[in-house]
Amino acid sequence: MASAFRPSPVMVTLKYAAILGYVAFALFPLYWLVKIALTPDALIFSDGTALWPSALTFDNFRKVIFQSDFMGYFTNSVIVSLSTAAATTLIAAAAGYAFSRFRFRGKGIVIALMLLTQMFPLLMIIAPIYKIVSSLGMLNSLTSLIVVYTAFNIPFATFLMQSFFDGIPKDLEEAAMIDGCTRPQALRLVILPLTLPGLAATLGFVFTAAWSELLFALMLISKNDAMTFPVGLLTFVSKFSVDWGQMMAAGVLALVPSCLFFFFIQRYLVQGLTSGAVKG
Amino acid sequence: MSQPTTIANASGMPRTRFGRAYFRYAVEPWLYLSPAVLLICFVMLIPLFIGVSYSVQSINLLRPFDTGYIGLENFAELGDDKRFWTAMVNTFWWTFGSVTLQFLLGLGLAMLLTRPFHGKRIVQALVFLPWAVPTFLIALTWAWLLNPIIGPLPHWWAAMGILGEPYNILSNPETAMWGPIMANVWYGVPFFAITLLAALQSIPGELYEAAEIDGATPWQCFTKITLPFLGPMIAITVMLRAIWVANFADLIYVMTGGGPANSTQILSTYIFTTAFRKLDFGYASAIAVALLAVLFVYAALLLVIRAKLVKT
Amino acid sequence: MATIEMRSVSKKYGNVEVLRDIDLNIADGEFIVLVGPSGCGKSTLLRMVAGLEPITGGDFTIGGKLMNDVPPRDRDIAMVFQSYALYPHMTVGRNMGFSMEIRKTPKRERLGPVAGAAATLGLDKLLDRYPKALSGGQRQRVAMGRAIVRDPKAFLFDEPLSNLDAALRVEMRLEIARLHQRLSTTMIYVTHDQVEAMTLADRIVVLDAGRIQQVGTPLDLYERPANRFVATFIGSPNMNILDATAVEGGMQIGKSPVIAAPKGAVQLGIRPEHLGLAHQGAGDIDVTAQLVERLGSDTNIYTESPDLGSILLRVHGNVDVNAGDAIGLTLTRDKLHFFDTAGNSIARQS
Repeated sequence: MASAFRPSPVMVTLKYAAILGYVAFALFPLYWLVKIALTPDALIFSDGTALWPSALTFDNFRKVIFQSDFMGYFTNSVIVSLSTAAATTLIAAAAGYAFSRFRFRGKGIVIALMLLTQMFPLLMIIAPIYKIVSSLGMLNSLTSLIVVYTAFNIPFATFLMQSFFDGIPKDLEEAAMIDGCTRPQALRLVILPLTLPGLAATLGFVFTAAWSELLFALMLISKNDAMTFPVGLLTFVSKFSVDWGQMMAAGVLALVPSCLFFFFIQRYLVQGLTSGAVKG
Repeated sequence: MSQPTTIANASGMPRTRFGRAYFRYAVEPWLYLSPAVLLICFVMLIPLFIGVSYSVQSINLLRPFDTGYIGLENFAELGDDKRFWTAMVNTFWWTFGSVTLQFLLGLGLAMLLTRPFHGKRIVQALVFLPWAVPTFLIALTWAWLLNPIIGPLPHWWAAMGILGEPYNILSNPETAMWGPIMANVWYGVPFFAITLLAALQSIPGELYEAAEIDGATPWQCFTKITLPFLGPMIAITVMLRAIWVANFADLIYVMTGGGPANSTQILSTYIFTTAFRKLDFGYASAIAVALLAVLFVYAALLLVIRAKLVKT
Repeated sequence: MATIEMRSVSKKYGNVEVLRDIDLNIADGEFIVLVGPSGCGKSTLLRMVAGLEPITGGDFTIGGKLMNDVPPRDRDIAMVFQSYALYPHMTVGRNMGFSMEIRKTPKRERLGPVAGAAATLGLDKLLDRYPKALSGGQRQRVAMGRAIVRDPKAFLFDEPLSNLDAALRVEMRLEIARLHQRLSTTMIYVTHDQVEAMTLADRIVVLDAGRIQQVGTPLDLYERPANRFVATFIGSPNMNILDATAVEGGMQIGKSPVIAAPKGAVQLGIRPEHLGLAHQGAGDIDVTAQLVERLGSDTNIYTESPDLGSILLRVHGNVDVNAGDAIGLTLTRDKLHFFDTAGNSIARQS
């Protein structure tokens, strides 16, 4: 502790009250989502604003999973997010490695271009992308979403991977090369095992970003069987806007993968957010 | 290396020019970079230029025969477009309100988390959780929370006397903007808290000890050490964050779609609805160029102010 | 076996020349130490030998073969890094045997050399540990072990002892000296510590501002420095450099008697240990003692002369001089060094 003074009991109480306030603020909306999803339809209105449901049911989840298209949306989103995460991580790892280990002509320009892509309104390119994708006949295809998402996430992921590579001393590779490795061998045997946590964190960040993207998916996907989860959920909401329990059950399902990845990448949050500089 | 090459190489300098060494230090990095650079060029930069060129064309998918170069007509139309100017003002309030609240609450959280206490790890994980929630889900959740049929907030506010009766603030043009701002604050506090926490922890603890020995109060420690140290970091984070928030359309689009009566329409949602609903790509691009110009002016202003501050 | 030769080797980063006109022949089995102030290019030169930095000009050969463009793995050299560069995800044993693993030596054949090196360095019991579980000194030994297992044509050391505490540093210095005696392989060793340089080297290469200032045995450099830079860089405490005025029959420093000196000399250098203590007026020059350091075996006396500035004197044993005392200094005539206006040494006329 930096302070030698004993803080007054009032201050301590205030501090814990503030912490409690933040936790409640962060968790309440999610709690409410889960609560309504678990409340039987008949009780939604009679329970009103009661903090605790008077009865629990998994009916809503059963209906969402077995009697709606949501599993299809879920599968599409998993395919898109996992492919995007894998492709982005691979490409960004290569680029981040180049930034971290080489001094070369044109490096400044590439970095500047990558920063530029983080600054301009992405919606500026929604019309051109739509035109290009439709002229290639790739509307309603998950591949086009994967390619677009991969490109969007590369700059941030590259800076993130660079920061991980920067944390590995250059000496190790040089020692490996003196020990007889070619550069690819040094990468595989020495650098890769040490970067695994970084690769995992990047995968997590990109997965989370791809999982929650909505606007480009809305633009590029209109067929029901190619819809990602956000598009499907939004369509559902606008069609059946009174089926509260089912909507929120679907929402809880959308939350699950993100939360899993969040607890998995939590340790790298600081590095991720500071290296991305502007990434939400 | 084999003997003949050695002899062939034995004189003069130029051999390194195209030899292995040259490859290693000049060509190899581009090998690793090329997939990233190519993708960014083809999916982001080239469409960006195409997008700018759309702004001087008439491109409306609903009127395919009306396509062609029209000069600055789109921009002239922008000048007379009331919705555009409303969106401009709304963009300012949306960005200013969100970023200010996100920053203040984030700073408070970072100050709380910078000192150890029991259960800090779990508290940290829980308060950062909103950052990981998909944005469309944040929007839906808050829209539901604000809906008096299903959500508790209007009832609580009515009970506290903030609202006359429990109605949905999203359906009142006077109050609608507060809905998305609240959702955005909920989502953005962790971002500021994390960045500020990292910065706070980089301030050497000896500084506070020295200040305490010199007789500084906790408040003086905060204003004389913490703030000056965090100053530059705060400035750059707030500036970049403001640009990001101004571009951020998901929450508003899902929660209100820009309504009621355009009271929550900001420039980025206006771009999206113009492109997505009306399929008027030319006009949408003109709005986008205008937004870009606003952001440029904003960034330039900030740089000027910063230069002035550094001088004095 | 390996001789190493450099012919007008140079190194540029863009337009900045960090090394130029490096000519050096290293005999097989020789222990060469590169010394110089930080930024002089000594580490860059070593990394060029290793193949980690491209050579921008000149010829560089190992065992008579041109090596300029040969990648590090084919140079048959081993290097001990300042940071040790142990692979954190491998055990000590695997770290040491990694070079053989890369060369696809069967596991059974790897055990012998690793065990041998481990035995020499006292690492036998640590082979299954990971580097993070080792002390600084042990890591250093593993790094050396990894080099020994290679059985290379030449060993390169990049300031290997600078991360160790004083006692360990002396111990490892002796270890390296023994290693060289036993293996008699060519070694190139970079350091900024001149005690390491003087004690380990067959020959020392003094570098400054990207150029070789002098190459010679440790005693050569001590007794016959080629210029003022080498004179002040080698030897501790530093040599005193005194401005002189030319007079009939030699030179004069301050109010000293005339000293026989070669033509063109404008400065005179004398090591603190070659100054003698005398009573005021009885020596060559008069000074005032400012500060006295008593080391037991020696006494360092920092003195001040109104004409010549500060002069350091070192005498054997303990002497009865205190700060503020007026004393005299005698110059041992055959230990004087003379420098011309460019700072180069001028040989004494015998």
